[in-house]
Amino acid sequence: MIKDRYDVVVVGAGPAGSVAARFAAVEGATVLMLERDREPGIPVRCAEGVSHNGIEPFIDIDKRWIASQIDIAKLTSPNGESAFMHNNGVGYVLERRIFDTALCELAAEKGVQLITKANVVGLIKKNDKIRGVKFRYMGETKEVECDLVIAADGTESRVGRWAGIKTAVSLRDIDTCVQYTLAGLDLKRNTCEFYFGNEVSPGGYIWIFPKSDKTANVGIGIAGHLSHKKGPKEYLDEFVNKRFPNATITYTVYGSVPTSATLKDIVKDNIMLVGDAARQVNPITGGGVVQVMVAARIAGRVAAEAVKKGSFQAKFLKKYRREWDKTLGNTQKVMHSMKEKFLFMTDERFNNLVKFCQKIPAEKFSLKALFTEAVKGDPKLMLDVAKSFVVSKMKLK
Amino acid sequence: MKINHELCDICGTCVAVCPADAIIVSEYKVEIDNHICTNCLNCLKVCPIKAIREG
Ligand SMILES: Cc1cc2nc3c(=O)[nH]c(=O)nc-3n(C[C@H](O)[C@H](O)[C@H](O)COP(=O)(O)OP(=O)(O)OC[C@H]3O[C@@H](n4cnc5c(N)ncnc54)[C@H](O)[C@@H]3O)c2cc1C
Repeated sequence: MIKDRYDVVVVGAGPAGSVAARFAAVEGATVLMLERDREPGIPVRCAEGVSHNGIEPFIDIDKRWIASQIDIAKLTSPNGESAFMHNNGVGYVLERRIFDTALCELAAEKGVQLITKANVVGLIKKNDKIRGVKFRYMGETKEVECDLVIAADGTESRVGRWAGIKTAVSLRDIDTCVQYTLAGLDLKRNTCEFYFGNEVSPGGYIWIFPKSDKTANVGIGIAGHLSHKKGPKEYLDEFVNKRFPNATITYTVYGSVPTSATLKDIVKDNIMLVGDAARQVNPITGGGVVQVMVAARIAGRVAAEAVKKGSFQAKFLKKYRREWDKTLGNTQKVMHSMKEKFLFMTDERFNNLVKFCQKIPAEKFSLKALFTEAVKGDPKLMLDVAKSFVVSKMKLK
Repeated sequence: MKINHELCDICGTCVAVCPADAIIVSEYKVEIDNHICTNCLNCLKVCPIKAIREG
């Protein structure tokens, strides 16, 4: 039964929404989660690559939602040279469809109520205060009251905007993406591949994430300000025609990854933003699943505390912001300024980077080893990277 | 702005870059409110399938 009133309403049942909902409910809050689509996790707008260490704190690892285990990353530079990195910890290619649902099931176990096919269309405000949400369900507009709204409505987020938060990102801070799931391949199932270069994928990269030894997510993300004349689909088609001329496409999906720093405002009175909606993705890799769950756990806990204390003012909710910054938000800022440097990287630089990787024995690979090689070989590049650290430290004050 | 609904995948990329909040997404459709739209062309530039054009 749907009630008229909950402590917390979560909009969106992606990883951010379901984790925030669960952690709020665990601490005693009553929580309703509304999802627009018929099923969480669908359509899958994701390459599905995550690290074991990243997801393990949130859910017991289950074969049901793991397509393959990754031990090796292969980087290929514009001149076609490749380097292999082992020893970076175990990674997985997920089945997001099942994974997202499993996260919702965990939330439900803790008492969260989920409604699918419920499209949130507005906030209920009284005396300018957020008091609940309006949603379309089974052909009707329904209202539900709450003290706190958690907007976990993804890149396409509008809930934050309704609350007066500026959520638009600039063109250079969004990667526009196309991905095919390809069948009929012959791949090493434990190796994910990345292709760089301004001719291949300007301001981004192409990925091959195997789901089995015959199938893979093959996609591209390119920087938004570089995608006007030639779009991501054209780049990806060129690549696929060359690399996998005989493959069959079993799934096509479009989408985007915000690659900015976290939004300036992620809380206001009676509302918190979390996940892609708050722009909490790693700006260099575009990886969001783990980062948004980390943010959502903090948001959920702070939400529950707000319920206990009865304080839903921004002043209290800012605790979520402070803890996020300490955990990953500040690092994300550094990553964002490093990404700015990568946007201007010439193909020659990419070639060098892969050369440095080649010098490190695969099983000894670590970021530290890469930095050491890179400092020797391309001091200017390393100076740029170092500068981003300095710049963001100054901004932090 | 006009959307070619036969191409549109309802991915929401256009919404993320719209400074005017002129774009509405539902499970079935993306729509642009041309009264609010400021013609900045951000949506048209980033649409991964080029489903948006001027007009
Ligand atoms: C092509 C591509 C590849 C990617 N690859 C990876 C990868 O390999 N690894 C990785 O870690 N990350 C990857 N990401 C990023 C990752 O997918 C996201 O960061 C992650 O899904 C964010 O989770 P979320 O819960 O914030 O948002 P989402 O997963 O987008 O969930 C938001 C939910 O809100 C719902 N919603 C939206 N509006 C409303 C509304 N008004 N009412 C009700 N419900 C609503 C949506 O239907 C959706 O289910 C990729 C992204 C893309 C686009």
